[in-house]
Amino acid sequence: MKDQEKIQAHWAETQRVTYVMLAIWAFFAFVIHMFAVGLNGMKILGFPIGFYMAAQGSLVVFVVQLFWFAKAQDSVDRKFGMAEED
Amino acid sequence: MIANSAWLKKTEGGKLMSTEAKKGDFTSNLGRIYTIYTGGFVAFVIFIAILEGFGVPNNVLGYLFVAFTIGVYAAIGILSRTMQVDEYYVAGRKVPSFYNGMATAADWMSAASFIGMAGTLYILGYDGLAFILGWTGGYVLVATLIAPYLRKFGCYTVPDFLAFRFGGNAARIAGIVVLMSCSFTYVVAQLVGTGLIGARLLGMSFEVAVFVGLVGILVCSMLGGMRAVTWTQVAQYIVLIIAYLVPVVILSTQKFGIPIPQLTYGTVLSEIQVKEAALGVAATASHIVPFARYDPLNFFALVLCLMVGTASLPHVLMRYFTTPSVREARSSVAWTLLFIFILYFTAPAYAAFAKLEVFSNVIGKPLDQLPSWIYSYGKIGLIQICGTNANDVATIIAACGKIAGHNGILALANFSIQADAIVIATPEIAGLPYVVSGLVAAGGLAAALSTADGLLLAIANALSHDVYSRMIDKNAPVARKLVIARVLLILVAILAAWVASGRPADIVAMVAWAFSLAAAGLFPALVLGIWSKKTTSAAAVWGIWAGFLTTLAYLVITRYFPGFGVDYLGMYSNVSPATGKALLDIAKLKLEQPDLFTQTMVAINHPLASKVGYFNIANISAGLFGIPIGFATMIIVSKFTQAPSTELQNFIDEIRRPRGAAVMIEK
Repeated sequence: MKDQEKIQAHWAETQRVTYVMLAIWAFFAFVIHMFAVGLNGMKILGFPIGFYMAAQGSLVVFVVQLFWFAKAQDSVDRKFGMAEED
Repeated sequence: MIANSAWLKKTEGGKLMSTEAKKGDFTSNLGRIYTIYTGGFVAFVIFIAILEGFGVPNNVLGYLFVAFTIGVYAAIGILSRTMQVDEYYVAGRKVPSFYNGMATAADWMSAASFIGMAGTLYILGYDGLAFILGWTGGYVLVATLIAPYLRKFGCYTVPDFLAFRFGGNAARIAGIVVLMSCSFTYVVAQLVGTGLIGARLLGMSFEVAVFVGLVGILVCSMLGGMRAVTWTQVAQYIVLIIAYLVPVVILSTQKFGIPIPQLTYGTVLSEIQVKEAALGVAATASHIVPFARYDPLNFFALVLCLMVGTASLPHVLMRYFTTPSVREARSSVAWTLLFIFILYFTAPAYAAFAKLEVFSNVIGKPLDQLPSWIYSYGKIGLIQICGTNANDVATIIAACGKIAGHNGILALANFSIQADAIVIATPEIAGLPYVVSGLVAAGGLAAALSTADGLLLAIANALSHDVYSRMIDKNAPVARKLVIARVLLILVAILAAWVASGRPADIVAMVAWAFSLAAAGLFPALVLGIWSKKTTSAAAVWGIWAGFLTTLAYLVITRYFPGFGVDYLGMYSNVSPATGKALLDIAKLKLEQPDLFTQTMVAINHPLASKVGYFNIANISAGLFGIPIGFATMIIVSKFTQAPSTELQNFIDEIRRPRGAAVMIEK
C-alpha cells in the first residue's frame, strides 16, 4: 500500500474500533438500565439485577472494555505501521 | 512516631533526590518507592493505634494524621521542584501509564466523592447510581474520542489545542472562559471540603482547616508544577483508597466473615427490603427501586451530562498529556478507571450497610435507647431527630414530645441524616477505635487536596501559559514564564481559600454545574476538532459560546431567576417523579403570591428555585440542551464558512496516528 492509502485505511479501522467501543458504552451506560425495573425481578447473591448492573455490572464492563480498547487500537496502529516505537 | 516518620521521609526523599541526578533511575524504581511508602503509611497507622491504646487523646491523634500526611506530600512536592518548562507543565511527559492512572484517579475523586457519594446513595437509593454510572462511564469517551489525540498533538493545556485547531485566540479565549467557570467553583468546593473534614473529624475550626488545606495545596504544586502534583497525587491515592476501604471491609467481616463488602452487600440489600416492608416504606420508595426520585428522562440526562462532562474537564484531560506515548495515554485511561472503580463500586456498599444499621438499630427504637453514634454526629449537625440536631437524649425527647401523639418510639419520618454523615460515621457504627476515624479524615483530606491540586494547576496554567505566554508576552524567557506561573498559582489559591472561608453553600451546590458547563462548552469542539476535518474556526468559536451560554443561562435562570423564566421565557413547572404531577401550581401561585415571580437571585429554599424549566429537565442536567446546541452550531456554521486549509487538514491526519513527532513542539 502507498502511504496515503495506509493513512486512510488506518483511520478507517480506527473509526471502526471506536464505533464498536461507543456501541458497547451506549448499551451499558443507557440501554440496559432502561430495563432496570424488570431486571430487578431477578436476584443474584441478594442483589436485584437491575440495581447490580448500575452499581457494579456496567462499571466492570467499562473497565474491561478500556483495557481491551487500548490493546485493540494498538494492534490497529501496528498493523498499518502507525504505532510509536516501543 | 517522630523517628518513624523521619525515616520514611528520608527514604522517600533519598529516592526522589536521586532523580534530580539520574532520571531513569526514579521511574524504574517507582514500584519500590511506592511500596515502601505504602508500608510506611500502614506502619504509621498501626503506630497511631498503639498510641491510642496508651490513652493519647483523640484530637492529638487526629492532628498527627494531618501533620504526617501533609508533611509527606510537602516533602514530595519540595523534592520534585523544577525549573524546566516541560517538567512544570507536563511532568516531562514521562509518567508511566499505571502511575498516571493512580494520579488521575486521585485528581478526579474529590472530597464529595469520598465523603458525600455514599451518603447520596443512602438518600437517593437506586437513582443515586446515576452519579456512579456517569462518573465512571465518561472515561470510555475520554479514551476513545479525546485523550490519545490530544497527547499526540502535544499541547500543555486544553485551550492550546483549541487555539491551534481553530485558528487562534478567539477559540483560546472561549476555552479559557469555559475552563475557568467550571474549575474555579470546583476548587473552592475542595477547600470547603477540607474545612468541613477538619471541623467535623478533627475538631479544628473551619477557617483554620481551610488554611491548612491552602498550605497543603501550595506546597505540593508551587515548586514543581505538574511534576510535583503527579507524584503527590499517587501518594494521595494510596492514602485515600486505604482509608475508604478499611471501615467497610471491617464492617463486612464483622457481619458476614467475608472481607469483601462489594459482594456481601447483596444480602444487606435483601435485608433492607424486609425491614422496609416492616417499617411501612412504600414499595415504590424502596432503596432498590429505580426512578423514584429522578424520572427516567432526568436519570439518563444526568448520566449523559456527567459522562460528557467528565470527558471535557480540563484538569482531567491534562493529566493524559504527561504519559510518554499515545499508547500509554490509552492504557492510562484504563488504569484510571480501574482505580476509580475500586472506590465507586464500594460506595453503594457503604450506603447499604449504613441503611441496614439505621433500620435495625435506630428506627423503631425507644428514644432513650438509640446507639451513641447518633449523638456523636447529631452534635455536629449531621443528624436531625424530630426536626432538631440530635445533641443528646434530653434534646430529642423534648423535641419529639412537642409532636402531638408521639409515642416515644423513633419513627422513620422523624429521622434525617445528611449525606456527609455516612462515610464519616461508619467507623463508629462498626464500633472501631478512633484511629480508623482519623484514617478516614486523612483519606478525605487526601481526596480534597489531590483534586484541588489538579484544578489549581489547570486554572493557573491557563492563565500563565495561555494568557501570559501565548497572548501577552510571547517571547518571555523561560525563567520569567515560570515565575509568572507560580505567582498566578499562589494568587488563584489564595482567592479560592478566601472564597471558601466564607462557607459559600451556593458554590458547593454549583459543582454539579461544572459537568454540564464543561460538557456543553468543550466537548463538541474537542470531538469535532479531532474527528471532523470540516469543522471551521468560526464554527467552533460560535459553537463553544452557544453551548456554554445556553447551559449557563438555563442553570442561572432556573436556579436564581425562576420567576423571570416563567414570565418571560415560557418556562413551566417540573414534574414530580413520584406522582407524575406538576411540582407547582403556577396559575394558583400567581394569584396568591405574585411577588414570588418578581423576586430575583432567590435563595435555595425559594418555592420556585430549581423547580421550573423546559421539558421537565432538572437544572443539574442543563447540558442536555447545551451539548446538542453546541454540536448543531458547529456543524451548521461549518457549512457556510470556508473549509480549513489543506495544511491544517494534514495536521489533523497527524494527530490521528500515533507515529511521528508531536504536532505542537514547545520551544
